[in-house]
Amino acid sequence: MAKLFLGIESSCDDTAAAVVSSDGEILSSIVVDQGALHAAFGGVVPEIAARAHTEKLDIAVETALEQARTSLSQIDAIAVTAGPGLIGGVLSGVMCAQGIATGTGKPLIGVNHLAGHALTPRLTDGVVFPYLMLLVSGGHCQLLIVRGPNEFHRLGGTIDDAPGEAFDKTARALGLGQPGGPVVERAAKSGAPNRFRFPRPLLDRPGCDMSFSGLKTALIRERDSLITARNGLTEQDRADLCAGFQTAVADVLAQKTARAVELYLEDAPAKPVIAVAGGVAANSAIRASLKTIAQYQGLQFVAPPLALCTDNAAMIAWAGVELDRIGHKGLDPLIARPRWPLDDQQPALIGSGKKGAKA
Amino acid sequence: MDFSATAFLSDAHATDRLGAELAVQIMPGDAILLSGQIGAGKSHLARAIIQSMARAAGLPTVEVPSPTYTLVQTYEFASVPVWHADLYRLADSSEIEELGISDALGTDIVLIEWPDRLDNIPENALQIAFMNEADGRRIHLSSHADRWNSLSYFVESLDA
Repeated sequence: MAKLFLGIESSCDDTAAAVVSSDGEILSSIVVDQGALHAAFGGVVPEIAARAHTEKLDIAVETALEQARTSLSQIDAIAVTAGPGLIGGVLSGVMCAQGIATGTGKPLIGVNHLAGHALTPRLTDGVVFPYLMLLVSGGHCQLLIVRGPNEFHRLGGTIDDAPGEAFDKTARALGLGQPGGPVVERAAKSGAPNRFRFPRPLLDRPGCDMSFSGLKTALIRERDSLITARNGLTEQDRADLCAGFQTAVADVLAQKTARAVELYLEDAPAKPVIAVAGGVAANSAIRASLKTIAQYQGLQFVAPPLALCTDNAAMIAWAGVELDRIGHKGLDPLIARPRWPLDDQQPALIGSGKKGAKA
Repeated sequence: MDFSATAFLSDAHATDRLGAELAVQIMPGDAILLSGQIGAGKSHLARAIIQSMARAAGLPTVEVPSPTYTLVQTYEFASVPVWHADLYRLADSSEIEELGISDALGTDIVLIEWPDRLDNIPENALQIAFMNEADGRRIHLSSHADRWNSLSYFVESLDA
């Protein structure tokens, strides 16, 4: 019989809980909506407090169990995000999960948040290992070969801003609302992508690393020179800036992904697949250019539904299922780990130091 | 005597040079506050400082991701932790407490973007304000700590 996994996620801005069965059925997936909160702060996301997560976690868990028409006693295991993320958020999730596990005597699995994203195409589309994964969101951007539930090979990623961040900052710079992704995409629809020539950083260099920070700076310079020349920005200027910016992001992602495909194909996958996850994958221009790459290179293109592309707890429960299947206990000992690169074999790239494993 | 200087950073290379100089002069307990609009070069300078410190510690390829979403990134290659924070998303100064920055101030090395969110500016902090000018950036450096006067000579060389 299928086992039931309770997933808990609180590593960034959202508090989430979900129940997923080991045969891949999502019985519930609750993400506590903070839309009202965001609006009150003019789109700035204030939710960093461990306290705020703590207040919402038990409600999220309770609602997830209710919607799944189950109870804690019927749950077989608990999976929780143990990192990477904001220390306060991760800690409150881990403590909540530890409380439940101790109280019920059920096993507890510490899951990497990024592994949750990276394994989602198996939950939604039953994709077979190894597949190529582009993880592209507000805070992350990396290209990975996913070879197993705990086996990830990082091919490259952003060396500065993530694309989602670049969209948000572009929106801010142009006086558009937040989050930036949808508003920039909407404005770009009526814009001419070729009026402004924005840079494609790092395309001239080998490898799969990307950079988006300079693109944002270039956009601001164009904006400023338009304002100086004409005392303001027209709707059309704004649309053209958005279109040019979006095209540049899509180009960089597509070309770096194309390079990653070549590396991935050296793995000789039986059914080659490229999957995307993260909120930025919702952008239709980016999606279209990735699809083109996939078609051109003979890969199947998989994009999970948006609710499962952005932060959620179903992916954490599912990562628990996958680890359990191979007899892996998750992060051991289970501690909150704010920095936790997926690919432990690679030299740790992010702020690593003498103390090694901390990164 | 207070320290105050202005300089023109004509390109990214000039910013990198300033970062390398700051990396040499920075000491445990120092705070550097970086202010200016989006795209003014705050993160670029913070990245240059951290990467230069990392290279000095024998780590040639340390990535310095943007802290905009994570709010804080910490690095442990110096004698004390190096903090890189972006306070833009914070709405309330009480949230700064929860990030642990207050505890780090005065002991660790702390680089802060959007420091206007701070209730209290650390007394001896080095403040660097960025403004776009022509194709580069005009920066204004200031501190109540006179030890930063040692930067004057270097800053003058940037303009040359």
